[in-house]
Amino acid sequence: MNKVIEVSGLTKKFGNFTAVDHITFDVTEGEIFGFLGANGAGKTTAMQMLCGISMPTAGEGTVAGYDIIKQNELIKRNIGYMSQKFSLYEDLKVWENIRLFGGIYGLSEKIITEKTDALLKRLDFEQERDTMVKYLPLGWKQKLAFSVAIFHEPKIVFLDEPTGGVDPAMRRQFWEMIYEAADQGITVFVTTHYMDEAEYCNRVSVMVDGRIDALDSPAALRHQFKADSMDEVFRQLARKAERGD
Amino acid sequence: MIEVNKLYKSYGKQGKINALNGISFTVDEGEIFGVIGPDGAGKSSLFRIMASLLLPDSGTAVMNGYDAVKDYRKVRQIIGYMPGRFSLYQDLSVEENLTFFATLFNTTIEENYYLIKDIYQQIEPFKKRRAGALSGGMKQKLALSCALIHKPEILILDEPTTGVDPVSRKEFWDMLGRLKEQGIIILVSTAYMDEASRCDRIALIREGEFIATNTPRGIIDNYREILWSVEGTRMSALLTALRGYPEVKTSFAFGDKHHITVDESFQSDGLRHFLANKGFHDVRVELAKPTVEDCFMAM
Repeated sequence: MNKVIEVSGLTKKFGNFTAVDHITFDVTEGEIFGFLGANGAGKTTAMQMLCGISMPTAGEGTVAGYDIIKQNELIKRNIGYMSQKFSLYEDLKVWENIRLFGGIYGLSEKIITEKTDALLKRLDFEQERDTMVKYLPLGWKQKLAFSVAIFHEPKIVFLDEPTGGVDPAMRRQFWEMIYEAADQGITVFVTTHYMDEAEYCNRVSVMVDGRIDALDSPAALRHQFKADSMDEVFRQLARKAERGD
Repeated sequence: MIEVNKLYKSYGKQGKINALNGISFTVDEGEIFGVIGPDGAGKSSLFRIMASLLLPDSGTAVMNGYDAVKDYRKVRQIIGYMPGRFSLYQDLSVEENLTFFATLFNTTIEENYYLIKDIYQQIEPFKKRRAGALSGGMKQKLALSCALIHKPEILILDEPTTGVDPVSRKEFWDMLGRLKEQGIIILVSTAYMDEASRCDRIALIREGEFIATNTPRGIIDNYREILWSVEGTRMSALLTALRGYPEVKTSFAFGDKHHITVDESFQSDGLRHFLANKGFHDVRVELAKPTVEDCFMAM
């Protein structure tokens, strides 16, 4: 199986504070990989290194086939990214957002036009082409944001708490989109604080104090920690944390 | 107590969007009241009206005897409000933010320290740090400290735990429990269904209306669907298969299982047989006990 992420000893220090402490793991093509951890455990910093926007202090590896130290610019161009906090420009129309992100990722005008039509049709969004994004309901915004993040058909998409504050019905719709993308071969790397969502991942890792303290399928982790749910697994691991958030 | 009577609020030209469509309810002293509903259902509009930050089109909200419109000055003294978005001063330090809010209400950190102690102690080591440089969990603890520093009688919390990890969320709710024991009325909205069950009473809100108000137990007792759980491997494909079975009304993922609601004629053996024919041999089909989340999904 092809590895879309392969890192070893990845470390990030800020002064004498070690935010990420020698993490080693890999993610296989088409996998849905859950990246869990308490607030302040180092998830965001680790994700920034994987996305090529922060240089590791030590360690090595590849993302989407590119070296995270020597080819970080190429990584940025070949991944997708979406977070709850930032995804779309509220003051641009639906089609303008798609056009903008398509352009940023270097797609031609012709391809953008074709793909925009197809996308709006698939989402049943044709009526909303000229709607300002800020007027869309949150559930629609998220669907659009996710579609925009994978518009350039990246090998892997990073989702940073994509469902924060979203109600249970909408979260499930969102996860069905994730499944669809994974079925098409896009690897999904996702952080979440909803432990039921951890169950929907093929494998999850749990970060504690900058380290990866557990990594396996949800079922195997429940078995390993003799727990009924991922929530309980998480609690057992988080209890070991020594640094505050 | 809180007495809300027939609140209406609409936005847009000619009042096209009805945010609140005649909401009435009461909350007693020392009660935690949860408002649960999808985004855009009207939760924030309701909370902003009760906090005197938004005028209703009609109807009243009376907060411990004070009208949110007529007596807004008084209302602002007796409520603590934590909006959904982080709204503290990013360029002020932790301590400066807290001092600022205390000063606004003519009090000091020392005077009401006992109220915020549990939560503030966790961020006190970082009191010189700029609020903008705090992690998500710490920001939320600071925001709650600032909402509490003037010893409010009523606490209004709009999605206070969004983006907060499970362990910190539990701590946060333990803290709400202690505040409640001091007689503070707590009104809270959340998208986490496990938190709904920690409220004394909850209201399910949809399109600006409360469609059910009850204790979490009462909400569950009123659930009218027949609910089964289905467990197996290849969960994504299994969900698709379940949707193709005629007697299945709804099906959705529920942690490591799927939950399905079914017609009265449903027989689990029939489903097992159907799934086996589609190559799912290792499925477990069992009657399931509904949770608040199932009630929400049936809305």
